[in-house]
Amino acid sequence: MVSVTVEFLGGLDVIVNKQRIHQVQIDEEGVDMKRLISYIADQMITNKNDVEVFLEDGSVRPGILTLINDTDWELEGGEGYLLEDKDVISFTSTLHGG
Amino acid sequence: MGQISKRRSSVSFDYSAMSFTPPSDPVNRKSEIKVSQLCELCHCRKALLRRPKNLQKVCKLCFFHVFETEIHNTIVSNKLFHRGEKVAVGASGGKDSTVLAYILKLLNERHDYGIEIILLSIDEGIIGYRDDSLATVKRNQVQYNLPLEIVSYRDLYNWTMDEIVACAGVRNSCTYCGVFRRQALDRGAAKLGIAHVVTGHNADDMAETVLMNIFRGDVARLEKSTAIITQSTGSPIKRSKPFKYSYQKEIVLYAHYKKLDYFSTECSYAPEAFRGTARELMKNLEMQRPSCILDIIHSGENLVLKPKRQKKISPSEVMEVRSDGAVSLGRPSKFVDGNTCERCGYLSSNKICKACILLEGLERNRAKMTLDTDTSTGGAARLTRELERLTF
Repeated sequence: MVSVTVEFLGGLDVIVNKQRIHQVQIDEEGVDMKRLISYIADQMITNKNDVEVFLEDGSVRPGILTLINDTDWELEGGEGYLLEDKDVISFTSTLHGG
Repeated sequence: MGQISKRRSSVSFDYSAMSFTPPSDPVNRKSEIKVSQLCELCHCRKALLRRPKNLQKVCKLCFFHVFETEIHNTIVSNKLFHRGEKVAVGASGGKDSTVLAYILKLLNERHDYGIEIILLSIDEGIIGYRDDSLATVKRNQVQYNLPLEIVSYRDLYNWTMDEIVACAGVRNSCTYCGVFRRQALDRGAAKLGIAHVVTGHNADDMAETVLMNIFRGDVARLEKSTAIITQSTGSPIKRSKPFKYSYQKEIVLYAHYKKLDYFSTECSYAPEAFRGTARELMKNLEMQRPSCILDIIHSGENLVLKPKRQKKISPSEVMEVRSDGAVSLGRPSKFVDGNTCERCGYLSSNKICKACILLEGLERNRAKMTLDTDTSTGGAARLTRELERLTF
């Protein structure tokens, strides 16, 4: 079981009830980022049409910045990163106008 | 909506009272860090990101330092500012202009440029979008202690975007808005006696524009599109883009780490479809090779077209037919930079500028009567969107 904070920033909150910060608990062992992403797509995104805003070909869409404890997830092993309790995962859309 | 008085600049900033939730600070800090995880610049802190331009792994503090310094170098090497200059930041409340206002203020203090910075915002009159983003700009005004000037389409053109959309439809909204905004920024600056407007266009935007102009075959724009300073002859106002070489990803990260308050909602009216295509391509290219954004800008900068041969002038080029059928005669035989519009005096390559032509068309179609339940004031865009979503 793992309990983490998930944030949807840069306008991405519109796909999850306009709430920026979520507490997420997954009752499984060895939860990695890949599992968290599928959990978000299945359980958290309210309107299924919005899934494609978040995902492309099964992974986070290019243009969405993924941070694990403020570190770019590429440097933490990407989808293979094993979540730990109290981790802060943030997804930030970079595509909105400046 | 809470109105904040323009002169409330010395108020201490309270996040909770002003509806901005900053990103949370991580609580999990690794006690053991592998050597391979260290910052490649200071070699003593954990790297948090990989810079897209050179794939270097850097920590937060080194990132702030290199990001700010590179913008400083861009400003200095292109001689963007001179001492005593008044500079208006085109502030939309979005990430780019928010970071731009923050960094310019910081660099101006750090390197003593001696410039005076003013936030200049355009109120297009889009309820549910621009009123919210202007609230962000008003918070920025307090946070950064910078003067703010808001110029509205209502004051300049006697039309709001909501009314324009109600009249001309949502499909053309970006055409109107784009033409009007360009003028509005210049007029706002002129009103303030400012001759320099800086905008938050970043490297991704520049590369997208280069690609778009190539796809469209718009050779006339292609050459000019990568210039850092643009100014039409005869215009007192120049524009520049200090973020020309700054990656969008780094701007967003900078705003994230600095917990800057910015607004991020897509405009209520249809987003620019064609730019969307170029943007998607750009993002996919960036995934393959992050340096390609700077490469495309570099290519754009070095593209010089062969000068065109003079064409024979056809009658259609001498005459100018306007939308209402009126004809202007005696138009100069070739494009002259620095002409002014007969009606409003704004720069125009034609006798009448594009904004006046659009306004003329709008005025003719303005409703003579209004309904009691006038939807335009309640955000026509929202209503249109809601209607579009209806299914039976």
